[in-house]
Amino acid sequence: MSGEVVGLWIGGILTLGIFSFIYKDNPFYKFSEALFVGVSAGYWFVVTFWQYFLPKLIDNLVLAYTVLTVEGKIDYHWVYLLGGGLGILMLLRLFPSVGWLSRWSLAFIVGTTAGLQFTRYLESNGIIQVKGTILSLFVWGDLNSTIGNIVIVVGTFCGLIYFFFSKEHKGAFGGAARVGVWFLMITFGALFGYTVMSRMSLLIGRMDFLFGNWLGLIK
Amino acid sequence: MKDKDSHWTRVLSLFLFVFVSLFLGMQTCLAQEAEQAEALQDSLAQPPAPPTNVVAKDAPNDNGHALLVIWTLSADDGAGQNNVVSYQILRSDSPDGEFEVRGLVPAGENTYKDKGAKEKEDANYLPPHKDFYYKVRVRSDGIFSDSEVSLPAHAYGQWYHTGKTAVLLAVLIFSTFALVFITVARKGKKLYIRPLAGIEAVDEAIGRATEMGKPILYILGLGSADMIATIASFTILSRVAKKTAEYQTPILIPCCDPIVMAVAQETVRAAYLEAGRPDDYKQENIYYLTSMQFAYVAGVNGIMIREKPATNFYLGKFYAESLLLAETGSLAGSIQISGTDEIAQIPFFVAATDYTLIGEELYAASAYLGREPVLLGTLKGQDWAKALVMIFLILGALAATFHFQFFLNLFKVQL
Repeated sequence: MSGEVVGLWIGGILTLGIFSFIYKDNPFYKFSEALFVGVSAGYWFVVTFWQYFLPKLIDNLVLAYTVLTVEGKIDYHWVYLLGGGLGILMLLRLFPSVGWLSRWSLAFIVGTTAGLQFTRYLESNGIIQVKGTILSLFVWGDLNSTIGNIVIVVGTFCGLIYFFFSKEHKGAFGGAARVGVWFLMITFGALFGYTVMSRMSLLIGRMDFLFGNWLGLIK
Repeated sequence: MKDKDSHWTRVLSLFLFVFVSLFLGMQTCLAQEAEQAEALQDSLAQPPAPPTNVVAKDAPNDNGHALLVIWTLSADDGAGQNNVVSYQILRSDSPDGEFEVRGLVPAGENTYKDKGAKEKEDANYLPPHKDFYYKVRVRSDGIFSDSEVSLPAHAYGQWYHTGKTAVLLAVLIFSTFALVFITVARKGKKLYIRPLAGIEAVDEAIGRATEMGKPILYILGLGSADMIATIASFTILSRVAKKTAEYQTPILIPCCDPIVMAVAQETVRAAYLEAGRPDDYKQENIYYLTSMQFAYVAGVNGIMIREKPATNFYLGKFYAESLLLAETGSLAGSIQISGTDEIAQIPFFVAATDYTLIGEELYAASAYLGREPVLLGTLKGQDWAKALVMIFLILGALAATFHFQFFLNLFKVQL
């Protein structure tokens, strides 16, 4: 029996193990779940080591050291020491007496990235969206575009009113907010159907594996 | 008999007429084709006229590792012999040196951005402040001609990206609104925030768990700690954890990201301290499960079925796992509160959980629960920014309808 066949059998049995959750929680599911979680956690550790820790930190520091010893220059790659230092501070969580130092790393990660995201979000979720919504309300000789543009402008306007938090939704303002909710719900309905169909393709993929690759019933 | 002969004569004449017409037509076509082929052969034999006015200059609004090459099209591009196929851009670090090919653009185009790498180790590294010379080679089928060599040009980085002025203005306007309202809130003025059903239900959900003597499950989603939704979720977690500390209800937080786990541990620890119950804090209840999406789902589903939490919170960044989690939680009989800014997942939460915070409501919830001046002021500032957006929307729609292009250009952002 080749390794590939053994792999297929293990994959098939574990797929059934996860599917058995549909019936109820059972030892077969518990085993499959524990194996899945454990193997994936281990896999991610290896991926992180080989794709981030080694090439980003160790390789760059080795390069910086080489430049220093060969050319006698302090290369910019030494900046990676900063990342390495923050990583070591994170590991200090293992020692309760100095564990508080890890907060420096956390503050750096959350603060820096929040700042970086600020302009990116404002650009992609703000300005570009506004620009995309500025549409002509009347397109000469094209009724479909006219109606489509009006729906987009009115929908966006009312949707924005719904997301006003510092004003009570009453009167005309409340009415516009309700229209906004209608637009949101119709959009969600369409998205629901669309996403369900894409999930079906995942199920079909698994069924294809079980009945095709594993059992050979689908040629 | 005579009629029969006459009939055959007419048929024969018709046949001869058709045959002769076809023969003559074919001859004419063949002659025309031969003429065209000859003309084409003549044009192919001649190389196209070289491009002129080749200018190289620094590419604007970048980090200083790209040059822009502009030229005047060959006289045979779209006119004259009309035989230009493409332009090849060649670069050298000296006018008499060996030129290397840097790129290719089709006929009709007269600009090329020679973008290099910024890492010195990269083979495509383009050093800033070093002079380069360019020439453009116009190509026809197998033959070409070169332009004159351009004057030297070097790349350099810019401190200000002129294409993103609109973003700068938006940042300034938004920050001004936020700062003004934060100051107002700090001075003690009460800022109104409308009630959110999902947040109103938080206390009820925690109370329910306390009454039932069961834990609360808090899922921060699959996002990393740098995502806005995850950061908003940390703020909500802080309030939820403070309540659970007061009610002495255990809170379970399985995480799929080690950094998120560390931040969650710190957040909950601080909340327990604030509630005056630091001894009740259990770090082992906030743990790393796995970073793989569906393995994480399998693990959390197992926890839901075995621990039977009274309340499940799904607040943060969610992807395809949203329905799997919410559906299992529903089967386990938990009261569920969800919220995400991932538009494609909101429908699933709306369908399968009791309360859903839609998009920006997730961010508002953290201010609503926290009632801190900074958060309240920022939320109020956001509302004012939204009002401004709505004004721009109306004015923009009118400008687009009446073709006032200048207004649309205000929102021009170079990506």
